[in-house]
Amino acid sequence: MHYCGDFRTTYRKDMEIFQTPFIKVCMAVFLVFLLVLPVLKLKGEYLLKGEYLWILLQILIASIGAVGINILTGYTGQISLGQGAFLGVGAYTSAYVTAKMGLSFWVGIPAAGLVTALAGMVFGIPSLRLKGLYLAIATLASQFILEWIFVRWESVTGGSHGITIPRPSIAGHTFSTDRSYYYIVLAVAIVMILFAANLMRTRTGRAFMAVRDHYISAEIMGIHLFKYRLLSFGISSFYAGVAGALFGHSLKYVTSEQFNIEVSIVYLAMIIIGGLGSIIGSIFGAVFMILLPKLLSVVTEMVSADIPSIARLAISFEHGIFGLIIILFLIFEPDGLAHRWKMVKAYWKLYPFSY
Amino acid sequence: MTFHYFLQLVISGLVIGSIYSAVALGFVIIYKATRVVNFAQGELLMVGAYVCYAFLVQMHVPFWAALLLTILFGMVLAMFVERLILRPMIGEPTISIIMVTIGLSLVLRSLVAAVWGTEILVYEPKLFPQEMVEIAGLPISLEFVWCFILSLVLLAVFSVFFKYSKAGVAMRATAFNQQVAQSMGISVKHIFALSWVISAVVSGIGGVLIGNINGINSSLYHFGLKVFPATILGGLDSILGAAIGGMIIGILENLSDGFCKAYLNLSGVKEVAPYVFLVIILMIKPYGLFGTKEIERV
Repeated sequence: MHYCGDFRTTYRKDMEIFQTPFIKVCMAVFLVFLLVLPVLKLKGEYLLKGEYLWILLQILIASIGAVGINILTGYTGQISLGQGAFLGVGAYTSAYVTAKMGLSFWVGIPAAGLVTALAGMVFGIPSLRLKGLYLAIATLASQFILEWIFVRWESVTGGSHGITIPRPSIAGHTFSTDRSYYYIVLAVAIVMILFAANLMRTRTGRAFMAVRDHYISAEIMGIHLFKYRLLSFGISSFYAGVAGALFGHSLKYVTSEQFNIEVSIVYLAMIIIGGLGSIIGSIFGAVFMILLPKLLSVVTEMVSADIPSIARLAISFEHGIFGLIIILFLIFEPDGLAHRWKMVKAYWKLYPFSY
Repeated sequence: MTFHYFLQLVISGLVIGSIYSAVALGFVIIYKATRVVNFAQGELLMVGAYVCYAFLVQMHVPFWAALLLTILFGMVLAMFVERLILRPMIGEPTISIIMVTIGLSLVLRSLVAAVWGTEILVYEPKLFPQEMVEIAGLPISLEFVWCFILSLVLLAVFSVFFKYSKAGVAMRATAFNQQVAQSMGISVKHIFALSWVISAVVSGIGGVLIGNINGINSSLYHFGLKVFPATILGGLDSILGAAIGGMIIGILENLSDGFCKAYLNLSGVKEVAPYVFLVIILMIKPYGLFGTKEIERV
């Protein structure tokens, strides 16, 4: 029997990630959609070509990174302005392992995750004493310090020339095209996002949220603050490392400019626009922030094709519009896209008898 | 490394440090009164430098008038920013406020790039005399001396303002406790706006000074990022701390750069040294030299 509404009678049901049969079907359909999307053909040509496939790939990679920073900032309440540099640590580690040591991609990715987790925990040590604003400034410093190391430690990072790295291969088959590489990224992204969603239902995840909501109460309830803050830095950086490594392998080339402070800002913007402390919000944010510059550049091109004299203006406004959108989101939708999504879902749940 | 070289590093560090101090002062004024961490402080400096350039070079206004007009422009800009962007954010978490000022910095940067482009522009005519003077046996350009003196004057003026003027006392009261200040008849809204206005003016003047020495280009906003080491060292809510912190960071970055070049054969330390100091300071003395220690009670 199905009641009008959504009733849960056990805690187990209440904690499920996909709560209703309808959602489960939707997710299955969505998964199939993601699987067949790159190979869909229309009149003998792939539906997703060139740049569109690339955008989809970047969205998946950014989702992993955004979920990572959301674990740290959204769930544990530790503001991080160093996500860009941590992505870089992952990318360089994987580049070093695969290109210079000659090991497989499948060693490179976990190595990238682990090394970045370690780096994140080292730079997370100030969180023992600092919080909020002070920690944000400490992570900002770590961003600049790491960036400097990327450029100067030439024997490992290749300095300003960067490193060329290969695409992964299994048993002789190389995933050289974006289309085949997409499936590797998709698999990694699904595993990591599901892991994050599950983590938040465990003791550890609840400890993170307790630390965020009221750290003094959390400490009194027996949560070891430093341990969980550091753990959060570690897990978050692991995600950043894997995302950075996947990004590096997608470009086949790693240099320090790809991991500057602007990348950190973009990732922070992702989770704020998507929704702090929400896995689906991180994904929304990743989609939004990857699509936005593409959309802006399309608009810029159209405008400057019509009126060439303002082309220079339009290009410099691209960044400004980006900033403006962040400001407008913060003022008018501070809870992010995840909140809006919830409202839409709530509206349709009881449709057409919502009142 | 000779003592002569050492002294040279210290003095040029002091000059750059005095600009850091001016920007840090602007940062601290906003932080103290409104608890907003302004990531757009460097952009306020940049806007000041460019607006003054526009009046002075492009419109051929005499310098004193250009400076006044720049200050006026800074005031209007700050009021708009405070009213339209920061006031709706009152009561939001730290991360949102950080992000909104980052957004603001992107907007200001792109506006400047749109109007003036990205090439280096030079102030013409130069404001300060270019001759060299000898101080302690070192040849130093007179414009550095002027720049240093003007920064000190700026810092002194605002120290006096906060200590003795009615508005300054009201600002300190607001920083201390907003509710009590409000019940004493101080308009907290006006104080917030005032702190933004003062901050923009101070940073703008800093921009004019640095524009005179180095010329201006679109990477001028980097000065804003040096604010963090300076204010953390001095204490986030201390005016005196901002002044001293800025100078110390200026000297330290120059010295460490010089030492690493001379002994370790490592170049480019200047860019990273302030942040290494920042992390060290945060680890051992997070509230800086003169900052108020936050005490938490359950």
